[in-house]
Amino acid sequence: MVYLTRKAEFSASHYYHNPKFTAEENARIFGKCNNPNGHGHNYTLEVTVKGAVDPKSGFVVDLKQLKDVMSREVLDALDHRFLNKEVPEFFTKVPTTENLAIAIWQRLVPKLNAAQLHRVRVYETPDLFVDFYGEA
Amino acid sequence: MKAHLTRRYMFSASHRLHNDEMSEQENRAIYGKCNNPYGHGHNYMLEVTVGGPVDDETGMVCNLADLDAFVHLQILERYDQQNLNLLAEFRKDVPTTENLCIAIYDIVKLGFRQAHLDRVRIEETMMNSFEYAGD
Repeated sequence: MVYLTRKAEFSASHYYHNPKFTAEENARIFGKCNNPNGHGHNYTLEVTVKGAVDPKSGFVVDLKQLKDVMSREVLDALDHRFLNKEVPEFFTKVPTTENLAIAIWQRLVPKLNAAQLHRVRVYETPDLFVDFYGEA
Repeated sequence: MKAHLTRRYMFSASHRLHNDEMSEQENRAIYGKCNNPYGHGHNYMLEVTVGGPVDDETGMVCNLADLDAFVHLQILERYDQQNLNLLAEFRKDVPTTENLCIAIYDIVKLGFRQAHLDRVRIEETMMNSFEYAGD
């Protein structure tokens, strides 16, 4: 089994707010992230796939295919977007880094035929990242 | 859905690797430059990883403000700008980054209640890093 990781970057804005909470609860739980006008990050995404090395190609996965799937399914949908307003997953869920990692996993899984997805890692900043391994 | 959140922190501290139970020659042979009697320092990069179910309502494994507050108070206040050899946990144990990992893991494990601690990782320099997950 060999693991291959591909990085990508996207920039997006968001704010944290749950309509089920009162204004005070939203402010207390989410702090500055609750500013309704939003704020943004340069996100770094790492997608790790795993598999046996194909004896003919020497690849775990065709990197070009992986890159294309990541661009089409993730970057086109998230890059330079306001997550709360433009990305359907976040019409109902708070766009935290945790939920972003889960959403990216769910976008990639059905499209990655050749390789098995191992991990999605999303850096919100260089000092904060979330890993999602598809755990229930 | 279970996710794992990692936060990075930095602190600076000095230490000297030395074990009183060994002779001067043994200490020098084992610890080399790190045995210099006046000590030396590092900018330690600390990573704390917590894991657990993502809360449906907040979208969080745990509130980052809680984790930051805990680490600032219990870890950074304790270790930043300190001489590790003078701290209680290193009176007996040599303040290697292995032992520092274990000490920090134990403090977070015992005191931080809002999420499950997965792992502590410390970069002593850009070239050396150490991890402890309670094994």
